[in-house]
Amino acid sequence: MPAVSKGDGMRGLAVFISDIRNCKSKEAEIKRINKELANIRSKFKGDKALDGYSKKKYVCKLLFIFLLGHDIDFGHMEAVNLLSSNKYTEKQIGYLFISVLVNSNSELIRLINNAIKNDLSSRNPTFMCLALHCIANVGSREMAEAFAGEIPRILVAGDTMDSVKQSAALCLLRLYKTCPDLVLMGEWTSRVVHLLNDQHMGVVTAAISLITCLSQKNPDEFKTCVSLAVSRLSRIVSSASTDLQDYTYYFVPAPWLSCKLLRLLQCYPPPEDGAVKGRLVECLETILNKAQEPPKSKKVQHSNAKNAILFEAIALIIHYDSEPNLLVRACNQLGQFLQHRETNLRYLALESMCTLASSEFSHEAVKTHIETVINALKTERDVSVRQRAADLLYAMCDRSNAKQIVAEMLSYLETADYSIREEMVLKVAILAEKYAVDYSWYVDTILNLIRIAGDYVSEEVWYRVIQIVINRDDVQGYAAKTVFEALQAPACHENMVKVGGYILGEFGNLIAGDPRSSPLVQFNLLHSKFHLCSVPTRALLLSAYIKFINLFPETKSTIQEVLRCDSQIRNSDVELQQRAVEYLKLSSIASTDVLATVLEEMPPFPERESSILAKLKKKKGPGAVSVELEDGKREGGELNGGGERGDTPAMSASNASTPSPSADLLGLRPAPAVGSAPPSVGSLLVDVFSEGPAAASAGVNDDGFLSGRDLEQPPETSDALLAEGPGDSDSAPPPAASEEPAPPLPEAEDLLNKFVCKNNGVLFENQLLQIGIKSEYRQNLGRMYLFYGNKTSVQFVSFSTAVSCPGELPTQLNLQTKTVEPLIEGGAQVQQVVNIECLTDFIDAPLLNIKFRYGGALQNITLKLPVTINKFFQPTEMVSQEFFQRWKQLSQPQQEAQKIFKSGHGIDTEVVKAKLLGLGTALLENVDPNPENFVCAGVIQTKGQQVGCLLRLEPNAQAQMYRLTLRSSKDTVSKRICDLLSEQF
Amino acid sequence: MIKAILIFNNHGKPRLSKFYEHYSEDTEQQIIRETFHLVSKRDENVCNFLEGGILIGGSDNKLIYRHYATLYFVFCVDSSESELGILDLIQVFVETLDKCFENVCELDLIFHVDKVHNILGEMVMGGMVLETNMNEIITQVDSQNKMEKSETFIFQSPRQDR
Repeated sequence: MPAVSKGDGMRGLAVFISDIRNCKSKEAEIKRINKELANIRSKFKGDKALDGYSKKKYVCKLLFIFLLGHDIDFGHMEAVNLLSSNKYTEKQIGYLFISVLVNSNSELIRLINNAIKNDLSSRNPTFMCLALHCIANVGSREMAEAFAGEIPRILVAGDTMDSVKQSAALCLLRLYKTCPDLVLMGEWTSRVVHLLNDQHMGVVTAAISLITCLSQKNPDEFKTCVSLAVSRLSRIVSSASTDLQDYTYYFVPAPWLSCKLLRLLQCYPPPEDGAVKGRLVECLETILNKAQEPPKSKKVQHSNAKNAILFEAIALIIHYDSEPNLLVRACNQLGQFLQHRETNLRYLALESMCTLASSEFSHEAVKTHIETVINALKTERDVSVRQRAADLLYAMCDRSNAKQIVAEMLSYLETADYSIREEMVLKVAILAEKYAVDYSWYVDTILNLIRIAGDYVSEEVWYRVIQIVINRDDVQGYAAKTVFEALQAPACHENMVKVGGYILGEFGNLIAGDPRSSPLVQFNLLHSKFHLCSVPTRALLLSAYIKFINLFPETKSTIQEVLRCDSQIRNSDVELQQRAVEYLKLSSIASTDVLATVLEEMPPFPERESSILAKLKKKKGPGAVSVELEDGKREGGELNGGGERGDTPAMSASNASTPSPSADLLGLRPAPAVGSAPPSVGSLLVDVFSEGPAAASAGVNDDGFLSGRDLEQPPETSDALLAEGPGDSDSAPPPAASEEPAPPLPEAEDLLNKFVCKNNGVLFENQLLQIGIKSEYRQNLGRMYLFYGNKTSVQFVSFSTAVSCPGELPTQLNLQTKTVEPLIEGGAQVQQVVNIECLTDFIDAPLLNIKFRYGGALQNITLKLPVTINKFFQPTEMVSQEFFQRWKQLSQPQQEAQKIFKSGHGIDTEVVKAKLLGLGTALLENVDPNPENFVCAGVIQTKGQQVGCLLRLEPNAQAQMYRLTLRSSKDTVSKRICDLLSEQF
Repeated sequence: MIKAILIFNNHGKPRLSKFYEHYSEDTEQQIIRETFHLVSKRDENVCNFLEGGILIGGSDNKLIYRHYATLYFVFCVDSSESELGILDLIQVFVETLDKCFENVCELDLIFHVDKVHNILGEMVMGGMVLETNMNEIITQVDSQNKMEKSETFIFQSPRQDR
């Protein structure tokens, strides 16, 4: 018998619905609806009291009208009246109306609450469920205030019916989500956790959602759920397909619940208890094994359910990231799915592999699937799947395969869907920059990017290529040549013209020796594009022209001719006109020396987070940030494990601040408002020249003449740039609290030593606070992320941190931070970024002072920030002969530092190797005649100079002693590194 | 969590919409249209998941859908849900509707919106899954129907009503 018999409905409602369906036009439908609304309104307002049935019928009609997308602004009162009825049908419709048309009218809420209260205490399970549903659906604060105390009691009471328990669990969850402050679990915690053991699987299903949410917020209080969840999971996984009766879905026992249990476990680290962990590993193995068994049914539902569990199990394995064996099995399993005929499985496999790629155990295993993934990118019919394939390629990219992956992504771009092009462009740009070994490849890649998908290349991308070319003089000539060639194309994208204009303006001289790209040829090429470009690009080109006059005096007359023509000097656009006028004047009256100073080559840009990465994050939302962080984690892993030294210009930052593109990208302030800065300067000077020409135009006063005074100090350019560098206003330390910072903790030095050979980890932990660190260094620059975690459930107030440099450190190290939020909620974490620039070698470590109030008491902690000189090592590979030759060159006594010391933890070759790599040097094999010895080489990069360093470590296994010898061109460096390293063994 | 459950037909006419997060009525209608637009342009035999539209939270949310004859069943969920698990849930929902209505078709959903809401309410509450066992769900719905039946004859008014 069908559970709903047709035909016993309300006739009036059916007729109304049929009428609506028969309406031939939208207008007719609206007319019919308005007629009905008027009818219902009059019925509700009428004198005659309506019986329950009529009210129900009209409320149903309103619901139907609402579903069609029409506003319903009345009927609420009638619905509330229905709630109070003791007829199930009326009550149910009343609740339905309230649930669908949530209204926060407080007057009404009070009435509704009243009805709910009655139903909750009615002991009629159906009524109780209706009431609980209503609370869960509306979930307003008023409701939480009224019922948050009552519902936990219903949930754990022994005599509550199962179906009511289920509803109570989810109702409580909803209230907890809206008003966590009102739902106090305290005394109920243990009984709620034990719902995982409930006999009724439905109760467990509902309760697990509640427990998962509570565990995420209060992991410690709920951690007993881990062992219960493992044993429940184990019982399900090992049960035969018939054991669980109705909860078996297409021969799979309780798939939904299994997934949820596996999700719950993902809230916690691997169980510490060996027995529990063993049982869990067994479960995971069983799940992986089952995937290989022949299916019990051909139905897609069977494989769906089975794989749902499998994917969650894999997610848990990835989350633990500690069982290499399981990780590799998971990766193989996903590899099989990559070629599965079910699109859904291919999609999910690509998605899971993305996270797997960030684990150091499985990164290599993931890489073996590169061909399949590339194939997916090329051949999948479904754009969702292709997008996942692109994501995975991005995640699996490292130095070894970057060229292949970037090439594939570029070729895919030519046919990619419009919806994902912009993101693809950003990803290609990031990978190209991150893994650029030779920068000519980088320049080629970006220019290709502009050629293939110019429309999707955002400002950030072309700004970035210019920044990099400016900052690396080894690639400037190549860039000029390549961009010159690219501009030869009859139709080239405007972005290409911009890059071309800028680069030729700066470095055109590098290719001017070739008659095929002589100054005039270059100029004519650029100018041939001029008329097709938009105003900002033309403005940029004008600036390139004036730079040409400086670079190539022979082009002066030609360019002056161009500037002088009416279409420039009388251009209706005020910005173009002004540039033409001023440049013309500048070129005709300024001496060569003045010109050379004003139009000097742009100084290097301060290194900062790649703006492209910030853009990608902004585009992708918080989700992508985590990918980047994981990415960072992997990079960090490589560093610690001793892989290549992080040559990652695109450092991943998660607090990407994205101010206006001009400010962020160029590191330039808006043009200084001196003299007659044109009114439009803000909007139009958002090109890469903003500083150069602005400085020039600033020199032109109201009369249109250059005043000598202005020209005496024209190199505004470089001044302004430096001003933006370390130590500018927004990096001022946070306002000092009234209390003096505490002296460094006694263990601060030890904590510092822990980080000499690693970049990531927990710096400090006490009962209240945990401070984690992630850091990356590149040449003389570094970036450190500090994570302050509140371990308590109470908020920290007046939280402030200050980084300071004691003694002469300020002249050696430049540190920049931003202030952190003064409030850390219980269980929350805030992060702070410290940008580090090494000016010259140093010994002392910067200090980090943290102050906050916890329950009124001031906490004042000072630590040493683990920034040590070895962080700025660049590894140097060399052969034996070269090594000893240099070793001899550094033979002056003060260049050497030596220590003989006892091994702290026994001598383990692998550990020693890892530490030496962690130090940042290159570990040189086959150099020392004695294979027991370790020799390393590296160069310390500071702003001022580079200090070459050679290291020799001779272990004596018998005596458990080491002899460590350091030689470098600077005595202080030898000594410091010797001191640091000797503490490590 | 499940953010919204939407059912619409091949022409985009909504047949059921249930939001578990609060949106204005206007936004809800726009979400339905946006979702229909996203889902309906997809071929058959492509995968059943896609990123959510901008209105419902963009790529943090996924749309998981199945297409049955004239109807699309779309669940919009956040990242805490298993995609395949939700697909199964949709299947359970449809199988349950099929049992309750005996060969369910679009017309049943049109004329018995309240019943469909009730059935859904036995499966999903406040965006979380309450029950996945079809027999359990049907038992609950049955017992409600019995109560309804026992009351119906009292109200069934013989007069023609509109």
